[in-house]
Amino acid sequence: MSMSRRAFLQTGAGATALLVVAAAGFTPRLGLAATEPAAAPDPRKPFQGHTLDEVVKAMGGSNAQQSSEIALQAPEIAENGAVVPLVIESKLPGTRMIAIVSEKNPHALSAVFNIPEGAEAYVMTRVKIAETSKVTAIVQTDKGFFYTDQLVKVTLGGCGG
Amino acid sequence: MADPMRIRATLTGDTVEVKVLMSHPMETGLRKDADGKLVPAHYIDTVKASYNGKDVMTAEWGPAVSKNPFLAFRFKGGSKGEKVTVTWHDTAGDTRTDEAAIQ
Repeated sequence: MSMSRRAFLQTGAGATALLVVAAAGFTPRLGLAATEPAAAPDPRKPFQGHTLDEVVKAMGGSNAQQSSEIALQAPEIAENGAVVPLVIESKLPGTRMIAIVSEKNPHALSAVFNIPEGAEAYVMTRVKIAETSKVTAIVQTDKGFFYTDQLVKVTLGGCGG
Repeated sequence: MADPMRIRATLTGDTVEVKVLMSHPMETGLRKDADGKLVPAHYIDTVKASYNGKDVMTAEWGPAVSKNPFLAFRFKGGSKGEKVTVTWHDTAGDTRTDEAAIQ
């Protein structure tokens, strides 16, 4: 059966309308994706760093100084590197951020905690440590970056899950 | 959908201590399964805790946080019976929110 002219036009118009809708639906989203990273600095970028310096630099700082005002509680020997309990407390005034770095992990940065005003500079958590290495607590205050570290010996690596 | 979090918030003096235990595999993307295939990365990347509509803690995590993550933090100015809300978001796009009353 051959298609009448009217039917042909109707289906054709429908298909075009669909195409227009599809195009309209996709282009704004593409535009949004392109502008988003420029609006805010990427919080995931520090996670690419492999050393303490790289991580601090990616956070927008430089020359982190050692400080005895940061208390890092970590076990000296961790039997299981997949679960290493850490307690970090900062007595530095104006602490805004606490981060955990273990340099021998595939990616040095483990976690970042933002401390809003009114919250205490205290964090307790558990992280994975691949092999015996220094664990570093980075603290960002209004005056810059500070750190303290402790060696944690791992008898069973954290990569096994 | 992921299992609920276990949250305990206790008031001591004027400080609220919040302890959170989440249920999550936290796959690093580097581990291999029994067939030698890489297990794709699947971990919590952001955590947010709020009290009275105000953030009391936000965190960015990498895959190096332990499986079934435990987290404790403290903030000032909470009162008994009020609720603390914790939300996480993972790399698979999953998200979960739970709340607990301050004791």
